[in-house]
Amino acid sequence: MSKETATATTVDAGPAPDQLTHGIGASLPSAEASAKTEGTFPYAADLWAEGLLWAAVLRSPHPHARIVSIDTTHAREMAGVRAVVTHEDVPGAALYGRGTADRPVFASEVVRHHGEPIAAVAADHPDTARMAAAAVIVEYEVLDPVTDPEQAFEAEPLHPDGNLIRHIPLRHGDSEAGGEIVVEGLYRIGRQDPAPIGAEAGLAVPRPDGGVELYLASTDPHADRDTAAACYGLEPERVKVVVTGVPGAAADREDQGFQLPLGLLALKTGCPVKFTATREESFLGHVHRHPTLLRYRHHADAEGKLVKVEAQILLDAGAYADTSSDALAAAVSFACGPYVVPNAFIEGWAVRTNNPPSGHVRGEGALQVCAAYEAQMDKLAKKLGMDPAELRLRNVMATGDVLPTGQTVTCPAPVAELLEAVRDFPLPALPKDTPEEEWLLPGGPEGAGEPGAVRRGVGYGVGMVHMLGAEGADEVSTATVKVHDGVATVLCAAVETGQGFTTLARQIVQETLGIEEVHVASVDTDQPTAGPSCRGRHTWVSGGAVERAAKMVRTQLLQPLAHKFGMSTELLQITDGKITSYDGVLSTTVTEAMDGKELWATAQCRPHPTEPLDAEGQGDAFVGLAFCAIRAVVDVDIELGSVRVVELALAQDVGRVLNPAQLTARIEAGVTQGVGAALTENLRTARGLVRHPDLTGYALPTALDAPAIRIVKLVEERDVVAPFGAKAVSAVPVVTSPAAIASAVRAATGRPVNRLPIRPQAAVVTTGQ
Amino acid sequence: MGQREGAAGLTTHAPQAAQAVTLPASLDEAVAALAAMPAAVPVAGGTDLMTAVNSGQLRPAALVGLGRISEIRGWQYLDGHALLGAGLTHARMGRPDFAALIPALAAAARAAGPPQIRNAGTLGGNIASAAPMGDALPVLAALEATLIIAGPGGARREVPVSHLLAGVDMLRGGELIGYVRVPLLHAPQVFLKATGRTGPGRAIASVALVLDPARRGVRCAVGAIAPMPLRPLEAEQWVASLIDWDNNRAVAPEALAAFGEYVAAACIPDPVPAEDGSVQPLPPAVLHLRRTVAALARRALGRALS
Repeated sequence: MSKETATATTVDAGPAPDQLTHGIGASLPSAEASAKTEGTFPYAADLWAEGLLWAAVLRSPHPHARIVSIDTTHAREMAGVRAVVTHEDVPGAALYGRGTADRPVFASEVVRHHGEPIAAVAADHPDTARMAAAAVIVEYEVLDPVTDPEQAFEAEPLHPDGNLIRHIPLRHGDSEAGGEIVVEGLYRIGRQDPAPIGAEAGLAVPRPDGGVELYLASTDPHADRDTAAACYGLEPERVKVVVTGVPGAAADREDQGFQLPLGLLALKTGCPVKFTATREESFLGHVHRHPTLLRYRHHADAEGKLVKVEAQILLDAGAYADTSSDALAAAVSFACGPYVVPNAFIEGWAVRTNNPPSGHVRGEGALQVCAAYEAQMDKLAKKLGMDPAELRLRNVMATGDVLPTGQTVTCPAPVAELLEAVRDFPLPALPKDTPEEEWLLPGGPEGAGEPGAVRRGVGYGVGMVHMLGAEGADEVSTATVKVHDGVATVLCAAVETGQGFTTLARQIVQETLGIEEVHVASVDTDQPTAGPSCRGRHTWVSGGAVERAAKMVRTQLLQPLAHKFGMSTELLQITDGKITSYDGVLSTTVTEAMDGKELWATAQCRPHPTEPLDAEGQGDAFVGLAFCAIRAVVDVDIELGSVRVVELALAQDVGRVLNPAQLTARIEAGVTQGVGAALTENLRTARGLVRHPDLTGYALPTALDAPAIRIVKLVEERDVVAPFGAKAVSAVPVVTSPAAIASAVRAATGRPVNRLPIRPQAAVVTTGQ
Repeated sequence: MGQREGAAGLTTHAPQAAQAVTLPASLDEAVAALAAMPAAVPVAGGTDLMTAVNSGQLRPAALVGLGRISEIRGWQYLDGHALLGAGLTHARMGRPDFAALIPALAAAARAAGPPQIRNAGTLGGNIASAAPMGDALPVLAALEATLIIAGPGGARREVPVSHLLAGVDMLRGGELIGYVRVPLLHAPQVFLKATGRTGPGRAIASVALVLDPARRGVRCAVGAIAPMPLRPLEAEQWVASLIDWDNNRAVAPEALAAFGEYVAAACIPDPVPAEDGSVQPLPPAVLHLRRTVAALARRALGRALS
């Protein structure tokens, strides 16, 4: 049984963490864990208020159509309906958007994607609301959808802003340079959906002052508040976003297409209004990973050293820009991967189509290019007759090397160490070596797998991501630490999305103040902003802000004592609620030193600034980078093309392990999301219409699909500019595992495998091939 | 569970609307309940029905729950046949005692989905939904099972499963599938399913194959590739004639591969040549499906004869 379940083992993970019970480095469990497992943790969908109304959103059944007329008369006249709103009822800004304000709150003249909101209804029963939404009569003039991103350049503009959202022509080095060996490839990456386990939901409650409170599973409450206030034509102070429990977020999980109507309906009716999305609406409404088309040409010398990389990268942004510009910057900047490439010429485009909207999903841009450049490295190794790991090792970057953007890598970049660790890790046993075990074949326990048709393959993936926002984004976070009565409280608007921030904040305060009991307050927009929960931001900026605030409290606490005894505060230490001096002469308790006082401190953390990429894609655009190497072992049934990932051995550059248990869980989760992107997860469309927007048609990995995950090595080389020297850990395994799995399937079948997710027909070996 | 108060007087508990649900204890009571309320919808495991309800496609005025009809939740023996209750769950059919009786149906039941689905979903529901991906359907087609349908006034009529699935003889208003009569063949049976993943999933293609040594027959049905299971009758007869029934049921290894190709070509035929004699090649996805069916049929026969 040991081989069949998803197990993670940590080998060589640094000092024994089990001895620590609190503070940095301890495997402190999440404070919410038991409530979540017992089902008592309140998520947005669980909220209820006296006299509430139910909202429903009317969404476009067409990917592209002109709206001739909208008639809400019938819907308004239905018994139980309290309000119907359309674009005419938006008092403030009609457009919004995370990157660029290009998305209408309600479509007014044109619908640009399947599922775009057109109207919303509030009624006294959810069924009434849904029926009333269906009773809104919309006359469409159906237009031809643009669904092929390559056609977007030539097509009629789908939006007043045009079809080209961003173009980056990166030029680095000598365009004439060439190598003896050239390999080319064309790659396609599918549309992964974040598929949060809890679909979107929210509750809007009108305030007596004419404002509104929104209870949402927001991951970026301040930005959502500002968007909502602009839409309602209210000052930001009169809109408050209260963050409820977030049921899973591997992306910008929230669909503002329902948030904005929700508040409008509450303001219009004067009643609380609740909305819960169906799974179908969830798939239609929120953003997806950018489907990407990539064309690559790698030039190398006879020894396998890379000379030049040429690439064209086309991101399908869907109908609206959202964060496509950021995704494109990451895709272009990391197009060559963590390899030294002296000459790089990368053209990247993000274009508008009538496909489902794309936006921030963990590892945006970086995942797509990783699959492509690693496929190129496999091709190169094959052409040179070289071991694929060896070829990669000859080219990996290290601290001091230069990215194709001209930015020097100043953070730890132990790429060679990571790759060697996974390469040298013992391979899992073959079925013939352990015949007594019941071996899980591709296709599963009741599948059609036949041992004689199964081939094993081993492949490698090496990936990189950036942490924090890029290109000059102001990545600031503010936190307050309060100590009273021997208990510390953290107030910070960093949203706990499951990434473990609240646990980390408790550990930081425990470490700095020596106080074991630490609470983290719930988040709303009355607190100062901490920014969105993505790209490892909160481990870095919010963790940094909490540390600074805790240190300020520490100084306030110790200053009088230090003054009294004529020593500096650095010579005093706090452990287990006791304050002792370096020489042991002074000893008192924290409670005594506090003397009934309440100590508060607020601090900010703002990393060093970055700059936008220039017209040639050059610039110091990133604050920090994280790396990961994965060796995948797969079994492929070469007749049916079914793939089972047997094992993923991973080594990652983590800077410093802050919470071993949480870190392992994050890596396992990331790797598993990558398995989905590699094998099954693709939200299919047919001429712009979303097909099978449900969890039967959209196959997320189950326990049987998840491989054994071996964390072979966690390299703890501290990043001096990051708080605690720690790097964010969630994104880079997601980015790297699909590339590693595709590489292993390539090794098993000899097929090119140039498309993700890998379809069974791409993993079939037919005679004559 | 009590209500929990949150901020701003919010609670986490919503009042539920009542629904008209009848829970008859016998098949005839259920039929009577349906006759009394023609708008009512029968529900057994609810694994298909509730999806339609939750997505708003179906708003049943009333429900007739079949879960308490104990007479259709087990099976009995009758003249060399098993009379399977339509309320048998996939989980129950997957157990070893059932597998010893009808191995292919047990294998299909075990492959039918995750445990939650198998615990709820029933044999009768699989037939009534008649979804192309229904895993029990190719097995019932290969076994040439007969349905015993209960009608008003204690009426019972028999319909071959293929007639119902093909729409030749449909369920009439107020009728319920009561039992499924399946021959007991006392010989190897195989059900194989390709899903494209390791965890439970919908079939891309499935093959059920049963041996009938008494009649020296091989019966095979291919599921999921057409609206109903397909029977490659010629391929069955051809391969049955090659099997040495008296001598360990031996067959030449090349015959296995040829059988696979035969079944695949019968279910996914070559395109008809155009007037000028030219033949359009099958699209790659269809070719892959054909290869999948061929591999499944070859493997199924190989396992049945080994």
